[in-house]
Amino acid sequence: MYLKSAYEIRDKYLRKDMLPTIFCPGCGIGSALQYTLRAIDDLGLNQDEIVWVSGIGCSSRVPGFVNFDGLHTTHGRALAFATGIKLANPDLKIIAFMGDGDAAAIGGNHLIHAIRRNLDITVILINNFTYGMTGGQVAPTALKGLRGTTAPYGQFENPFDIADLAVSAGANYVARWSVFNYLQGINSIKKALSKEGFTLVEFLSPCPISFGRRNRMKTAPELLRWYQKITVPLAKAKKMPPEELEGKIVIGEFADRDRPGLVREYEAYKKRAKKMMGWEE
Amino acid sequence: MRYPFPVGKSDFIQGDEAIARAAILGGCRFYAGYPITPASEIFEAMALYMPLVDGVSIQMEDELASMAAIIGASWAGAKAMTATSGPGFSLMQENLGYAVMTETPVVVVDVQRGGPSTGQPTLAAQGDIMQAIWGTHGDHSLIVLSPSTVQEAFDFTIRAFNLAEKYRTPVVLLTDAEIAHMRERVYIPNPGEVEIIDRKLPENEEEARLPFGDPHGDGVPPMPIFGRGYRTYVTGLTHDERGRPKTVDAEVHEKLIRRIIEKLERNREDIISYDAFELDDAEVAIVSTGIVSRSAVRAVKILREKGVKAGLLKLNTIWPFDFDMIEELAGQVNKIYVPEMNLGQLYHLVKEGANGKAEVELIAKIGGEVHTPMEIVERVVG
Ligand SMILES: Cc1ncc(C[n+]2csc(CCOP(=O)(O)OP(=O)(O)O)c2C)c(N)n1
Ligand code: SF4
Repeated sequence: MYLKSAYEIRDKYLRKDMLPTIFCPGCGIGSALQYTLRAIDDLGLNQDEIVWVSGIGCSSRVPGFVNFDGLHTTHGRALAFATGIKLANPDLKIIAFMGDGDAAAIGGNHLIHAIRRNLDITVILINNFTYGMTGGQVAPTALKGLRGTTAPYGQFENPFDIADLAVSAGANYVARWSVFNYLQGINSIKKALSKEGFTLVEFLSPCPISFGRRNRMKTAPELLRWYQKITVPLAKAKKMPPEELEGKIVIGEFADRDRPGLVREYEAYKKRAKKMMGWEE
Repeated sequence: MRYPFPVGKSDFIQGDEAIARAAILGGCRFYAGYPITPASEIFEAMALYMPLVDGVSIQMEDELASMAAIIGASWAGAKAMTATSGPGFSLMQENLGYAVMTETPVVVVDVQRGGPSTGQPTLAAQGDIMQAIWGTHGDHSLIVLSPSTVQEAFDFTIRAFNLAEKYRTPVVLLTDAEIAHMRERVYIPNPGEVEIIDRKLPENEEEARLPFGDPHGDGVPPMPIFGRGYRTYVTGLTHDERGRPKTVDAEVHEKLIRRIIEKLERNREDIISYDAFELDDAEVAIVSTGIVSRSAVRAVKILREKGVKAGLLKLNTIWPFDFDMIEELAGQVNKIYVPEMNLGQLYHLVKEGANGKAEVELIAKIGGEVHTPMEIVERVVG
């Protein structure tokens, strides 16, 4: 991999008139975006054949900053919109940029069904344990005890492990990294973009402003140190007893398989229909 | 093009089936839905036909997703439709508003049933008139069509696609359980006989750069389809002509919303459609829409036999609403009756239109049955 300078990536892919972004200092969304653009660039994908979709949230603002076709939709519904785009024009490659609240709370049902269908799409999921845009309410990914404005005494519900959920629901590729896992992140996105079916790369992403501040981690470096403490690479996790994994987040590649994607399944279905009707041999 | 149903001849079919066939002849190639009585047969027919005409029919996880999927499909270049009934239509309102805001041509069929909530799933009602017109939040406008026969369900479906494309707007086809499940003779035209209108596409780069502008001065921006190299950003946030979010600029918001509403208002004559029956010398008018109009026609005939100069105005479009025409009518007659299968939704519009020039009386009926002609007659003759 040849690493172009950030300026080159910026000039090639961002909409200059939309800058600066809305992201706070220390926010991790920009990094995940950069990794995605680098992956696109490395793979040499055609900018005019990619559509970015998103719901609502800080993470969902990303399609506005990149110079591609983009659909910035309603909160949680990005994957449902994407289903229409992809099936109406299978030649388009689709990237969904989603927040954890967007994807797993209000959009949880769309998420599991898009995965079940194996919708051909790459999801870049920003997990910051919080609702950044609305100011720091708890997200369904928030680990027990973490604070948010709607759980001021510490979260009492169990968290969703989105990567785990995606694996069980049938995604073709699932990986999770923190945004500080630079090379793994880019490589995972490249893999995800190269496969058919549903692929998801989750990033633990610092939100110092809405999340960190309320959890005694006001800056990105503090959040980085915390991620180092709570993340466990998959190989190591496999050897750890469950008690030790309590409150930890496993990172790595969780699924890499090649089940047929929705587009291919529908094409076959169309053929079957015509055959059953005697329209085709 | 081969069709999976007979064309160029009449067939004896249900309203739901007629809507599905019309959609396909009207160019629809993407259907997303979620089953609900009494609209399921539209979905089932689409499921049968779509793969055969190289279109898509997909069962989504709910109505929110169905509405979202058809909007996505429309931006990818397909003519797209969904169909539902009251409870599902309520779920669609969020993304119906998104379609209004992003000026996405789509067709939504609402086969009304008795509500609120799950109410009377198998029985007819006209309780969603207000929801169809004003269901989503914010200032907005869309088109609502209302058929009264199976043939009209067919014809209006094709019209719904044409209006959606022409004005880049969602169109609601508001029908009811009675028409959905009733079988009538319907003429299914040859594809060559069907007038098809396609959305305006950008003619050059400059137009493509203004996906929400008004380069032709008609309020309807050309629509840059995804994947054609235009790199269009579409957002439900208030946006400028180029599609850039401008969420705290009062001027941008007002300009956008007024254009979206005015592009329909200034084309009222093209969009609004009605049938007048015995109205020329009428002293008493009935204003109705949908299934009730059929009883109203009969009621007018009976009233005429009884020597009452009655006439009927059957509204085929219920939004945009022709307030001026109602005022004119109110100036001509002594009284207007509004029979409808709810407790007064069309009535409010008619009353506002009449503007005090004639008395307006509601003939409400709920519970699942259509007014009999005599029920209307008796109210008129007292
Ligand atoms: C239907 C609906 N409900 C609520 C909101 C308010 N809202 C906007 S963003 C957001 C949460 C965003 O959190 P997340 O998805 O985690 O993204 P982040 O901002 O953290 O990137 C909420 C609840 C909305 N816009 N629409
Ligand atoms: S609120 Fe959090 S997620 Fe949103 S931009 Fe700021 S740091 Fe990033």
